[in-house]
Amino acid sequence: MILLSSPHIHGGNSIRKVMFSVILSLIPATLFSVYLFGWLSFLIIVSCMGAALVSEWGCLRLMKRPIAPMFDGSAALTGLLIALTLPALTPWWMTILAAMFAIILSKQIYGGLGYNPFNPALSARVILLISFPLQMTSWITPMSVDHLLNLYDFSIASQLFFFGVQSLNTSLDAITMATPLGHVKTALSQGISVPDALAHYPYHWLDAFIGNEGGSIGESSALALLLGGLFLLGKGVIRWQIPCSFLITVALLSLISSLIAPNQFAPPLFHLMAGGLMLCAFFMATDPVSSPVTHKGQLIFGIGCGLITWSIRNFGGYPEGAMFAVMLMNCAVPLIDHYTRPRVYGRAAS
Amino acid sequence: MLKSLRSLFQPKVTGIYPEKHKLTATAAIAEAPLSSHYILPLKQHIGEICTPLVRVGDRVLKGQKIAKSQGYLSAAIHAPTSGIITKIGEHAITHPSGLSMESIFIEADGNDQWDTTLATLQDWKQLEPSILRERVRLSGIAGLGGAVFPTFIKLLQDKNHPIESVILNGAECEPYLTNDHRLMVEHSEEIVLGLQMILHMVKANTAIIAIEDNKPDAIACFQRIITAQELHHIEVKSLPSSYPQGSEKQLIEFLTKKQVPAGKLPLHIGLICQNVGTTKAIHDAILWGKPLIERVVTVSGDAMPNPGNMRVRLGTPIDQLLAWHGLENMDGCHLIHGGPMMGERLGHAHAPVVKATNAVLAFLPQTMMAAHKEESPCIRCGDCSQVCPASLTPNLLADLCRQDQFEKVADYHLFDCIECGCCSYVCPSHIPLVHYFRYGKGQLATIKREKAFADESRQRSSAKEARIQREKEAKEAAAAKRKQARAATAPVTPPTQPTEGQS
Repeated sequence: MILLSSPHIHGGNSIRKVMFSVILSLIPATLFSVYLFGWLSFLIIVSCMGAALVSEWGCLRLMKRPIAPMFDGSAALTGLLIALTLPALTPWWMTILAAMFAIILSKQIYGGLGYNPFNPALSARVILLISFPLQMTSWITPMSVDHLLNLYDFSIASQLFFFGVQSLNTSLDAITMATPLGHVKTALSQGISVPDALAHYPYHWLDAFIGNEGGSIGESSALALLLGGLFLLGKGVIRWQIPCSFLITVALLSLISSLIAPNQFAPPLFHLMAGGLMLCAFFMATDPVSSPVTHKGQLIFGIGCGLITWSIRNFGGYPEGAMFAVMLMNCAVPLIDHYTRPRVYGRAAS
Repeated sequence: MLKSLRSLFQPKVTGIYPEKHKLTATAAIAEAPLSSHYILPLKQHIGEICTPLVRVGDRVLKGQKIAKSQGYLSAAIHAPTSGIITKIGEHAITHPSGLSMESIFIEADGNDQWDTTLATLQDWKQLEPSILRERVRLSGIAGLGGAVFPTFIKLLQDKNHPIESVILNGAECEPYLTNDHRLMVEHSEEIVLGLQMILHMVKANTAIIAIEDNKPDAIACFQRIITAQELHHIEVKSLPSSYPQGSEKQLIEFLTKKQVPAGKLPLHIGLICQNVGTTKAIHDAILWGKPLIERVVTVSGDAMPNPGNMRVRLGTPIDQLLAWHGLENMDGCHLIHGGPMMGERLGHAHAPVVKATNAVLAFLPQTMMAAHKEESPCIRCGDCSQVCPASLTPNLLADLCRQDQFEKVADYHLFDCIECGCCSYVCPSHIPLVHYFRYGKGQLATIKREKAFADESRQRSSAKEARIQREKEAKEAAAAKRKQARAATAPVTPPTQPTEGQS
């Protein structure tokens, strides 16, 4: 006799549905990255997703586990997320390495889906940044691309992807520029005030909002990411607690600091639109596996992420701190969950 | 402002909104034909098992008490029809593991002849509450919503906790179930009368009739009666059709914004809840002198050829009930006793209808398998915490149960889980969370029992040692006393020197 425990009906949600709605929500950002960087974006995304799937398959085979989890969408999503955090000039082998880091070292080693303490895509990105700082901080200038290199030409893009800038007889400096965050950081270290630095930067914050600026292929457009994030919120896949508390904390801290010392601290809109903040707030910090379960915990988690991001951006060695912030807060998740359990029905608050 | 900020930190308890599948909402209650035989398990309620009052070969009348309650927390059992007792022995009951229980078998004689020992209490308004309560007790009424807690206990008055209000639970939040719905539509007058009897018994002033908004006809019925009879102390309230809206504690919270403190009963905050079916049974017992021998059962599910609602006598074999609804061959389908959210799957249909049987559902294998998919790892999405009506964190709790970390489980309040199944219902990983909680509760109960047993043995053995010690000391004392006595008497009667008196 089969023992089947109640309930005997199910709402119909599944891991695959969750993962594919996140992939769906990343479509605007993905399309925008292809618009900005042409075939180069396409190659990076395909190679990351492919490598992620192959790594997942290899791990499951090695551990003699069923292959089915390979198709639940989580590996594909991890691959896509890493791709979106990479600069357009990332060479092919580095994209594959990133996917392998993510799937093997930060997911399967811990026992596969559901057991990883850190967001796999984010930790792979951090490993890459620390291991290859030069390649990870060379950003193509989106607008210079058109007349110097036609990335919509597949042969040029693939040559760049497989053989690097040198093979095209172009110097790195001619096609790259600093990101807004990097630009401000460098300026401050040279004693230039923030308003002066921003005045000399070719882009307005509105460009950053729409996406016409240097940066990782999927991070450029705050608008595209916001659309995806709102879609996920509407579908109930993510909850408002983490992205809102994350973004509001960064905004508030930068507002206060820029009011007190406008020469040292950039204003809130600049911070909100720049770097990987939007991607991290809506897609990385909200990764269910590595974020708190309780609502109160999610608020604390988001506030912590915002605080660390702002601190690293303003006082740290790196221009961008969002991904470090999320990873640091990932460490605190079990503790946060334990202390923020909701008050149980009929019991006094514990 | 502060309050709205606080509400951010304390998410509202919402439960789930499952597809309700009320296929039989408009099917009038049919009267069940007489079955050839009836099987009555001796325990159909929460509490202690009953003792049979009849022997094999006895002839019994319809409504005659055939098993009396033993102990306080118990509910008597009555014959559903007139006939002969053919057997008293073990029979399968509606248990997911197919357990059996001591049961009384009645062969119906076809006359369906009433026993008339119970008087009708037409003048209940003049009678003392204790008399009415005794009638409820003698009639074997237990909560017909599914919990089957002996009803008379709920109707007891407690001087320290006066009852302010009675809540009539007509939520019926389980999908497929329509037995309470039909009862409310077809017997609203009796139910209102029964409610007034309850108010009289517990000396409460006001009552709320709570019905989910997917039953507008039932709401209209009650509203009409209350307006016509000018019962201003009774209020009809419409509830959102969520689940588990009909769960006592959740219903109380929704209606009064008050929570029943953990480990306490609703009466401790001046409330009692009664199911509509139970209220009808109370009415029947008091006004008509009719003990609890039948109840309304919803027979439904996507594998049921002719779904419907039926007034069925307790003890009717479930296979017989299914046959009346066109389901003869049960090989191809899964049977559920109760609703799909909390009911138990039956391995066979030999068990009889009991007081707790609010529904018997038959599902196609593909429907059942869609709900019981293979479990994947938890992705910690938190949907389970979001829907849990008890505000538990089911995924963390399930992990602890799975790892047998029972000391921690208590800290996470496992026993506050009402097993409503919302967490399992929403889980994208198809984790059978409720199953883990039942396992955890079972293991904890075993640990507690074993500890009690060990403590008792330890006490016994130390008592034994103490007794041995005491006996030893007593023996030694006695020996010393004897020695002393001997020593004291020795000079008087030296054995070696015969005295005059001795010779």
